[in-house]
Amino acid sequence: MKDIHLIALTVNGEEHEIVVESRRTLADVLRHDLGYTGTHIGCEHGICGACTVLLDGQPVRACLVFGVQADGCDVRTVEGLSDGEELSDLQKAFSRCHGLQCGFCTPGFLMLSEAYLSEQDGVPDEAQVREVMASNICRCTGYQGIVEAVRQVAEERAG
Amino acid sequence: MTSIGERLARKEDPRLLRGLGRFGDDQDRPGQLWMRVVRSPLAHGRLVSISKPEGAHVITAEDVPPGVRIPVRLKVQGIDLDDHLQPVLAADEVRYVGEPVAVVLADDPYEAEDLAELVQVDIEELPVTVDTADGTQAAEFELGYGDVEAAFGEAGHVVRIEFEVGRHSAVPLEPRALLADVDPASGALQIFGMTKVPVFNRDVLATMLGIDENLIHVHAMDAGGGFGVRGEFYPEDFLVPWLAWTLRRPVKWVEDRAEHLVAVNHSRQQKHVISAAFDNEGTLLGLKDDVLHDNGAYARTHGIIVPELTLAMLPGPYRVPAFHGRVRVMLTNKTPCGTYRAPGRFEGTSVREQLLDVAADQLGIDRVELRRKNLLTADELPHTRAMSTLGTDVVLDSGDYPGLLDKAMVEADRLGYLSRLESLRAQGHAAGLGVAMFLEKSGLGPQETADVTVSTSGAVRVHSGGTSLGQGIETILAQVTADALDIDPAVVTVINGDTVLQPFGGGSWASRSTVVGGSAVHRAAVAVRERAVRMASRMLEVAEEDLEIKAGMIGVRGAPGSSVSYADVAKACRPGSPYLGPDEPAGLTARRRFEVEHMTYPYGVHVALVDVDTGTGHVEVLRYLVAYEVGRAINPTLVEGQLLGGVAQGVGGALLEEFRYDEAGQPQAVTFMDYLMPTAAEVPRIDVLVAQDAPAPGNPLGVKGAGEGGLTAAGAVIAGAIRDALGLTGSVGRLPMTAERVRGLIEEGT
Ligand code: FES
Ligand code: FES
Repeated sequence: MKDIHLIALTVNGEEHEIVVESRRTLADVLRHDLGYTGTHIGCEHGICGACTVLLDGQPVRACLVFGVQADGCDVRTVEGLSDGEELSDLQKAFSRCHGLQCGFCTPGFLMLSEAYLSEQDGVPDEAQVREVMASNICRCTGYQGIVEAVRQVAEERAG
Repeated sequence: MTSIGERLARKEDPRLLRGLGRFGDDQDRPGQLWMRVVRSPLAHGRLVSISKPEGAHVITAEDVPPGVRIPVRLKVQGIDLDDHLQPVLAADEVRYVGEPVAVVLADDPYEAEDLAELVQVDIEELPVTVDTADGTQAAEFELGYGDVEAAFGEAGHVVRIEFEVGRHSAVPLEPRALLADVDPASGALQIFGMTKVPVFNRDVLATMLGIDENLIHVHAMDAGGGFGVRGEFYPEDFLVPWLAWTLRRPVKWVEDRAEHLVAVNHSRQQKHVISAAFDNEGTLLGLKDDVLHDNGAYARTHGIIVPELTLAMLPGPYRVPAFHGRVRVMLTNKTPCGTYRAPGRFEGTSVREQLLDVAADQLGIDRVELRRKNLLTADELPHTRAMSTLGTDVVLDSGDYPGLLDKAMVEADRLGYLSRLESLRAQGHAAGLGVAMFLEKSGLGPQETADVTVSTSGAVRVHSGGTSLGQGIETILAQVTADALDIDPAVVTVINGDTVLQPFGGGSWASRSTVVGGSAVHRAAVAVRERAVRMASRMLEVAEEDLEIKAGMIGVRGAPGSSVSYADVAKACRPGSPYLGPDEPAGLTARRRFEVEHMTYPYGVHVALVDVDTGTGHVEVLRYLVAYEVGRAINPTLVEGQLLGGVAQGVGGALLEEFRYDEAGQPQAVTFMDYLMPTAAEVPRIDVLVAQDAPAPGNPLGVKGAGEGGLTAAGAVIAGAIRDALGLTGSVGRLPMTAERVRGLIEEGT
């Protein structure tokens, strides 16, 4: 017998009501039930951060959260970052700084950075950015472009 | 207008930044079945029985066509490995933990996983071999030239070390995923998720299924990193399409990380005993290496090319008058091995450069000076070594090796590496500097094919045989096309790795996409350009010689206003056009092939500054410089990106990453908690010096591959830096230099 639940959640401003099994992860709900395939799964055990999304504004590993735990929550995924055609300042900075190659880790790094930058008052230095970016894994870029992009956006946003 | 050499923003970026890439697990089909692989929990044993849970759809070796084995893609040295090939499902014996023994199908992936856990596999245990030296020898061969015995006989000094490289691998961030479906309209098998060598894989599959290769369509996809392991033909690459074909249902399979770490090719594990003969002035007279290569349980698609490349590239950029290498390829009860970025070169470079460091100390010569003295000079190139690898002769094509070494040392000094080293030491730190020089190879043939087509809107499409693995090849090929046609790269779309659009592709591996793929695209684009000029001369009624192309317009030289665009020409190439001759094919399009006999050899220098905590054994990499010669950088930003990413992987291989096994053959690294990859905290800011001083003579673009040089000497340079930091007289002996190992060295005080 499957243990199923009806949940309601908002993803990038859009409301969804779906029936999920209690053991189904938020990552699978987003990817396979709701079609937000931008959230990626790299390890399913909470280390790589490719599945990072914002749950009520906080970065979480969507592979470690059950879909039912997101009931009534506001979820932001990579698909919600750009304003229609226009990429966000952070997305543009990732491209400009060559902060992505295969792009598999990118949604996770973008969401992590988005949350980090929104909490920043001043402009963090490189070491501080590195320390936060060390929460996720990228196998392609050597991190240099990612760190640079986040630093640049922090500077831009600080004006 | 040239697009080559521009730091053009990547074409891949907008879709990837929006989360709109198309990766293996991003698609589903209505009614699809999910496959889950049941894997051997034991390293070696006789398969007694497999009990299937009630009502579950389980497939075992009995159900698959008999004798289906993973073939060797690259046969070298005339060695037959038929006895050591992996079956797609184990039939009688299991030989490593993780070997597929059965698959389960279900409507839902969670259910498939549950059912797979209920499958009981009864295995009668057999003795397990973990140590390479105790393994079964699958192959033995020698490679070399010159009179090595004489060289050692007359040597003033002989230096010998033993060095081991640990088992690690690519571990791309995206696990493997496959979706296969039979299209009812065309009857063709549609496959999503095969990369790297899609045309080769299609042909292998067609043979295994006994169907025409044109009944298989491998689609272009994004892939979350390749680095050599992704896209090789694995057991699942047969099982998923075969099930879809026989059941006439879409079948999907997504690997989880624990599976990936035991299922996908491992790499690198070798033990070397290497010696060098020098005269009294420190001139190299000869080199000898005896290698024990651990290939795990089977020979897979790469056969024995990793050990072959190890030996063939071992002399590196040096003047080595006589060389002899022997390798024994051993099978053990561990995951089978294949290539990982810089295969054979990471291993060989680590060993050779450590040997040179030890030799420099023993000879009392500065280690940079010892290298400079023995590097082949620009005048000595091209230099042919009387041995071959990957079926081609080793001909070092062009370069200035000592020149790049000098440049790198000047740059490191300018950036403050040496002063930082001094000040750290003055403060009592165990700091050290490593310097390593290496030779790479790239642009393996034999061919690549590309199509370039201009549509009536003026948009240009390129169908290439490479695949997009994250390296930015779409951008590179768009730049090559735009350059040849003199158009804006923005109008160029590149499709890679679709076997219908490009049925003759060779794939993306061995740093060949830009070199061989780029050259094919260049040729096809030049052919389109020539055709466009021919057509324009008819349209404008002027001689071809009087036409010129500027910013996408073909016009009469010196007569502004009378010109046609590529779009106009494409319209004039439509069937029924008055400009088209009777037998002339319609369309402004060309397919061209680029064939190449020899590889092109990039080369580089790595310099690293490390600080060793003598209490904990922790090694911090403080500064890292890569200097690399690429002939010509189509997009310097992307070249730099390749180098930066390579260094990060190299730091992992040098310090952290290792697939360890216990005595029972149980893998000890099956999660990212035990397989440690570097994060932003372990990888320092990296300095890059991209040199374009020695264009490759063997291709029209003058390019040398940039895919691997960031990684090649990382093991070597970090081993050298640690040795320097600890003031060792001998070799560090082994990679990775984990904190535990470093502490061991400090205690031994060798
Ligand atoms: S997939 Fe969630 S942390 Fe790796
Ligand atoms: S860009 Fe490939 S894993 Fe980060």
